[in-house]
Amino acid sequence: MRRLRNVAVPFIAMLVFLALWEALVWLNGWPNYKMASPSDLWPAYTRYWQLFLVMGWQTLWRTVVGLLLAVIVGMAFGMIMGFSRTMREALYPLLVGFNAIPKATVVPIVALMFVGMHDFNTILIAFMISFFPIAVSVSIGLSTLEPEYRDILRSLGASQTTIFWKIALPKTLPEFFGALKVSVTLAFIGTNLMEIVSPHGRGLGALFDSGKINSDYPLMFAVLIALAVLGIVLYYVVVGLEKIFAGWAVRSPH
Amino acid sequence: MTALIEIKGVRHAYATAAGPLPVLDGLEVSVEEGGFCAVVGPSGCGKSTLTRLIAGLMRPDEGEVWLHGKQVRGPRSTVGMAFQNPVLLEWRTILKNVMLPLEIVPNGLKGKAAVDRARHLLSLVGLEGFEDKRPSELSGGMRQRASLCRALVHQPEVLILDEPFGALDAFTREDLWQTMHDLKAKEPFTGVLITHDLRESIFLGDQVIVLSGRPARTQYVMNIDRSAPANLEDLYTAEAAERLSILRHQIEIAQGRVPEEAAS
Ligand SMILES: Nc1ncnc2c1ncn2[C@@H]1O[C@H](COP(=O)(O)OP(=O)(O)O)[C@@H](O)[C@H]1O
Ligand SMILES: [Mg+2]
Repeated sequence: MRRLRNVAVPFIAMLVFLALWEALVWLNGWPNYKMASPSDLWPAYTRYWQLFLVMGWQTLWRTVVGLLLAVIVGMAFGMIMGFSRTMREALYPLLVGFNAIPKATVVPIVALMFVGMHDFNTILIAFMISFFPIAVSVSIGLSTLEPEYRDILRSLGASQTTIFWKIALPKTLPEFFGALKVSVTLAFIGTNLMEIVSPHGRGLGALFDSGKINSDYPLMFAVLIALAVLGIVLYYVVVGLEKIFAGWAVRSPH
Repeated sequence: MTALIEIKGVRHAYATAAGPLPVLDGLEVSVEEGGFCAVVGPSGCGKSTLTRLIAGLMRPDEGEVWLHGKQVRGPRSTVGMAFQNPVLLEWRTILKNVMLPLEIVPNGLKGKAAVDRARHLLSLVGLEGFEDKRPSELSGGMRQRASLCRALVHQPEVLILDEPFGALDAFTREDLWQTMHDLKAKEPFTGVLITHDLRESIFLGDQVIVLSGRPARTQYVMNIDRSAPANLEDLYTAEAAERLSILRHQIEIAQGRVPEEAAS
């Protein structure tokens, strides 16, 4: 019964959303270059389904690789800043400044710097845009660890590495996953920025761009929906991982 | 035989932005094997600093700390600690929390022996049946019991308790005092207990040390005969009232509210 609810409610919500969308376009009599309706999207998918699969896969794997890089580098920065106050004071302003630069301005620079290395460029932008929340959350999680937690193990002669694996890391996981959910969305934005901007691009961003060039408006909308679907999938993968690794942080309802 | 814990002429100052802050100055503590030393003193006088020195978490500027005939120069696995905050790990069950030190110390029990040891301790403190619960499912007093089990699981030579019952309500606290005596009968240990409760100090300690205000030195030592089994009723005898009055007076001196000459 609960299982059915969990699937049925979001599904019905989706149908209601599509119906409202269709009705809105139909009632206003908008032409599809102003606003495509769900019924316009279907032909776009059936006509270009191979492209959607290929491009969708390109977008997905580059986003995931960028995100993995963001996790590794973000954790490393987070650990450095979390364990050393000096490093935190040194690095934090730099990271904040770096994060404040709109990534749309970085995209052309990166595209010029590594011209032709399309996969690399895309992954780089996805990484750059998404690692900041991870670094901050890990550093805050580590630096706010109550000293008693550390002393319990340190008084037994445990090494810093042991303390990190046994206490600091698990204790930081809930914050880490919170940040990762934000980063997933950001990484997608990064990937698409690069895909749209760079010439002869790949991925869904390039498909969007070709829709624009050919004035194929339903295709553009179809790409947006496909991106949303990928975003949802990746987000729930993170939610699943969170359940496995940090499920203890979610109080069971009594 | 020398004492198990020996602190000789310890001086220590913390480096702060406003310059060095002397915390301990001429501290002398000596605890026999199997003894239980309660330490009281004004807040902020350096009691927790004392526990950190015994645990080897820091080294004094001057003076020596000896455990079992060896000078303390760093952490050693023969120490068990518990604090006011039970600091149990929420991602572990109570049983796994208690077993944590066994994963760290060299030659710690492994496998079934470790589980049996942890279960045995949990049953001694009345936590049988709670082994698979998470810390958040337990009351404050139960969490503190589990924290005591964790401090004892690797059979440390020295148990260091820093105001472990400070955050508990009066009834729970008295229950835990009784638990401490039960534990001591079955799991002999040498202990240092920091407390701000004078009744607790005379109920649990066979030695009560009053520290002076910061920088702390050993101001007064009271020895208490522990040959008879402890009973909460003992706290309401004339003898206990006399002891409490002496200690209260010493604390007033330590706080600087009464000039020292007034002490007899
Ligand atoms: N790491 C530290 N650096 C600087 N000052 C400290 C540090 N730890 C404690 N102090 C100061 O030293 C004094 C004694 O601390 P502590 O031993 O924790 O006292 P107590 O446990 O008796 O309340 C306090 O004034 C405290 O503010
Ligand atoms: Mg203290």
